[in-house]
Amino acid sequence: MNDMQFLTWVRGTGLDIAVSIFVLGVLWRLFEIYSLGRKADISAARSVSGASGWHTIFRRSVPPEGMLKRSPVSYIGGYIFHIGLAIVVFLFAPHILLIKNLTGLSWPGLPSQFIDLAAVVTMAAMVVVLVDRINKPVKRYLSTFGDWFAWTLTFLPVLTGWMAVQHLVLPYTTMLALHILTVELLLIFLPFTKLFHAFTVFGSRWYIGKINGHKGVAV
Amino acid sequence: MSASLEKGVRVLKEVIDAPIASYFSSCVHCGLCAEACLFYTETGDPKYTPIHKLEPLRRLYEQEYTLLGRLGKLVGLSKPVTDDELEEWKELVYNSCTLCGRCSAVCPVGNDIVYMVRKFREGMSASGHAPEGIIGAVNRTVTIGSPMGVKLPAVKAQMKHVEEDYGLPIPLDAEGAEYMVMLSSMEIINFPEYLAAIAKIMHQAGKTWTLCSTAFEATNAGMQIGNSDLAKLLVMRIVDGAEKLKVKTVISPECGHAYTALRWEGANLIGRPFTFKVQHIIEVLGEFQEQGLLKTEGFETDKLTFHDPCQLARRGGVIKQQRNLMNMVSKNFVEMPDAGYMNWCCGGGGGASAIEEGEELRMEAFKKKKSQLDVVKPDRLVTACANCRIVLEEGLEHYQMDIPVLGLTELIAEHIPDQTSEKGA
Amino acid sequence: MQGPLIDSLARQGVTRRTFMKYCATLASMMALPPAAGRAMAEAMAAAPAATKRPSVIWLPFQECTGCTESITRSHSPTLEGLIFDAISLDYQETLMAAAGHQAEEALHAAMKENDGKYLLIVDGSIPLGLDGAYSCIAGKSNLETLKEVAKGAFAIVAMGSCAAFGGIPKANPNPTGAVSVSDIIKDKPIINIPGCPPIPVVMTGVLAHFLTFGSLPEMDNKGRPKAFYGETIHDRCYRRPFYDQGKFAKTFDDEGARNGWCLFELGCKGPVTYNACATVKWNGGTSWPVESGHGCLGCSEPDFWDAGGFYKALSMPADPLKFVSTAAVVGAVAGVAVSFANRGKKGAAKSAHETTTLADLEK
Repeated sequence: MNDMQFLTWVRGTGLDIAVSIFVLGVLWRLFEIYSLGRKADISAARSVSGASGWHTIFRRSVPPEGMLKRSPVSYIGGYIFHIGLAIVVFLFAPHILLIKNLTGLSWPGLPSQFIDLAAVVTMAAMVVVLVDRINKPVKRYLSTFGDWFAWTLTFLPVLTGWMAVQHLVLPYTTMLALHILTVELLLIFLPFTKLFHAFTVFGSRWYIGKINGHKGVAV
Repeated sequence: MSASLEKGVRVLKEVIDAPIASYFSSCVHCGLCAEACLFYTETGDPKYTPIHKLEPLRRLYEQEYTLLGRLGKLVGLSKPVTDDELEEWKELVYNSCTLCGRCSAVCPVGNDIVYMVRKFREGMSASGHAPEGIIGAVNRTVTIGSPMGVKLPAVKAQMKHVEEDYGLPIPLDAEGAEYMVMLSSMEIINFPEYLAAIAKIMHQAGKTWTLCSTAFEATNAGMQIGNSDLAKLLVMRIVDGAEKLKVKTVISPECGHAYTALRWEGANLIGRPFTFKVQHIIEVLGEFQEQGLLKTEGFETDKLTFHDPCQLARRGGVIKQQRNLMNMVSKNFVEMPDAGYMNWCCGGGGGASAIEEGEELRMEAFKKKKSQLDVVKPDRLVTACANCRIVLEEGLEHYQMDIPVLGLTELIAEHIPDQTSEKGA
Repeated sequence: MQGPLIDSLARQGVTRRTFMKYCATLASMMALPPAAGRAMAEAMAAAPAATKRPSVIWLPFQECTGCTESITRSHSPTLEGLIFDAISLDYQETLMAAAGHQAEEALHAAMKENDGKYLLIVDGSIPLGLDGAYSCIAGKSNLETLKEVAKGAFAIVAMGSCAAFGGIPKANPNPTGAVSVSDIIKDKPIINIPGCPPIPVVMTGVLAHFLTFGSLPEMDNKGRPKAFYGETIHDRCYRRPFYDQGKFAKTFDDEGARNGWCLFELGCKGPVTYNACATVKWNGGTSWPVESGHGCLGCSEPDFWDAGGFYKALSMPADPLKFVSTAAVVGAVAGVAVSFANRGKKGAAKSAHETTTLADLEK
């Protein structure tokens, strides 16, 4: 297989497979998780403004008082790489084009130099949180194969994408194909690893917000 | 003598629900919950990371309710939960967790870890892995009527005592009263001032109230051990009493978990809504204050600070009232760092204070409270939970800190002008 | 500098100076040292009488003659064409006057005379289907001919994408079983000059190198001369700044197209195509596809015909939602099935519930 065939395969059959597994996995996992249901809370609710599932979905993105100081690397590193990923994934012109092609939705992108910077910063932040995971006793204690695996799955698409644009190590065609391949791996494993938090985080925040909202605790 | 692993697993299969599934699927092992847990921050031992305390529950959830988990168990990738493992986890689930909810408050993905610990305890207790101390407390509550073994005659003696000392009537089993006042056994034994304070406050507010001879004990060790059947039995006593006396509101005493058990779990445990309202005494006082039914005179001038009971503030949503009340009677009320919603636990809630073998760890964890107090250096420490009060007193004594602890209700009552003579005359 | 070539050039109105300049340009294009330009000029100028000029045999297989057209109709006056004066093109079906048996004789004579020394140029792919019956010359399949002629060749130039990579004949579903030269010949040096057609100067550059140094220029991993295929069209494209700024033409007649913005979104394959079009241009440096407003088709890359559509941007997948609805249904069904199983299990646990009594707290 030459690199053009490789690229054609990852853009064609490979992506078909990856997107299919992703969609299949996401739906299956969502059903599996949320169909377990929960009992309605029949204790008398205390309603307070600003306390609800929806409020919490947004509010949990802000560190609670004092926590930023206790774990700056987790918060700052986490913010940077999540926002960086969002910028790189959603504001890079070729990516927007892909989304437009799939969904018909489109929005203005950012200059490629800026995306380049964002990619480098994102990778740096990811390396920092990885080092933090290795160094911090709690994180190391909690870490399993799944954590290292999920990190790698997330890091590789950024790295290969950046290397492709920068023409590093391998010819662009091969690197672009590798980039798409790593994205496919990410799509395939996302529903079955902790990366699925990208979906369940909203459900989890909503539940805790709902539970607290019922008690009139605004968080 | 019929607790078994099988039973525990069955109970866990019953209680695992969509929120738990969502929570476990969302955890990214960031470890931030550890930073919120005083058992970790004071010991530095990563095994006290809150989410880790749920490890057997997580595996069981995946093995029972996810396709991949089942597969993992089948091929031996995921080990089944064993009795030995649960025994090892006993310390993590009971001794080192006070259900304080700080971890739930900080989790960035919104995992209600305490919600899960509470449910995990259902399985722990059903499989015989609850600590002896709490089992004893449950035993006494169910058979005798109170975790400390207090019976009705002791309550009656207290009532008589208070009536004599203050000249105020303490109604018992008064049908149709607006409020039914609950007590915690600690108050009956250690803090009789509470009953007197209630009498004074109710008298001033002009409200009718009563104690109930069949339901005076508010604490619910069944909830602490994590057994809904027993917790329900205890809640039912209160419901029966309140319905028999046809009261409008049941007042939960200065006790955190009693409030949670009755206010939030109660109706769910018995499976139907209450016909009466449940309020914490601080909520009632706040209401009286707002309505102008609570009038005080004079101020404390020494430096006071307030320790928020977790179940009242973070898990109960009562945060402003106690501050308004403190300012009503104090000129020098100073807040500790993290006070209010993010206050640090005393270290003995959720049944932990009943576990003898957990005392050393509790004292270690108390360093957190000590550091909070060291910042403020108060003359006295006010709280609104009898259990916090006992644990705080123990901790302060252990670290040789000379800070008296008192209940907010009593403090308020001390400032209520003596009206008995006029009204009684 | 004297020689038959210079004389012949002079007759066609090309000065010695122009020729020197051409050689210098060729040398610099191939990233050779400046002295190489002169060496090239001398080597070519000094090319002796016809009989001793290096023999070149040009075999056309399954092809469209576009490559030949491209080479012969390039510059005017055709400097590239004149290079042929430096070689002895002993067999080229399109150009040669001879036909039939005469042509065959010329071929065999050249092979015999220059055994082990002649240069073989191939354009077109080689069909393997039906024992090669899809393309025959003089009753022999292309496969046979190639094997026979390649045996005595010093080196082989695979001219155009068909010879280099199989090209359009190889496009899915490849009915003739077309393959490239390098798929068949393994024991000779092969240089690929892909393109559909290839750029004339690339071909002459390679020939000049061969004439000057008696060897093939440095090649990349696809056997292409690095000098011409070292960078992508995208890297050297004059529209590149628009790509970096995120300015794209969305249709062939919109504002962006008129402003000369990047054609990436219109399916330009520039980023994955290694060729010299952006620098050398076509038709004597007049223009090239992107300059004329059309994206690069990627014609010098293997399997460009099957690379997901000419008008589909590179970032766009061929057809990713092909199975999505099926996948969604399967996922939902699996999810619902698991849900029912789970609810059943939970229900069973619930109905098996025994109310706990105090005694049940201990083992």
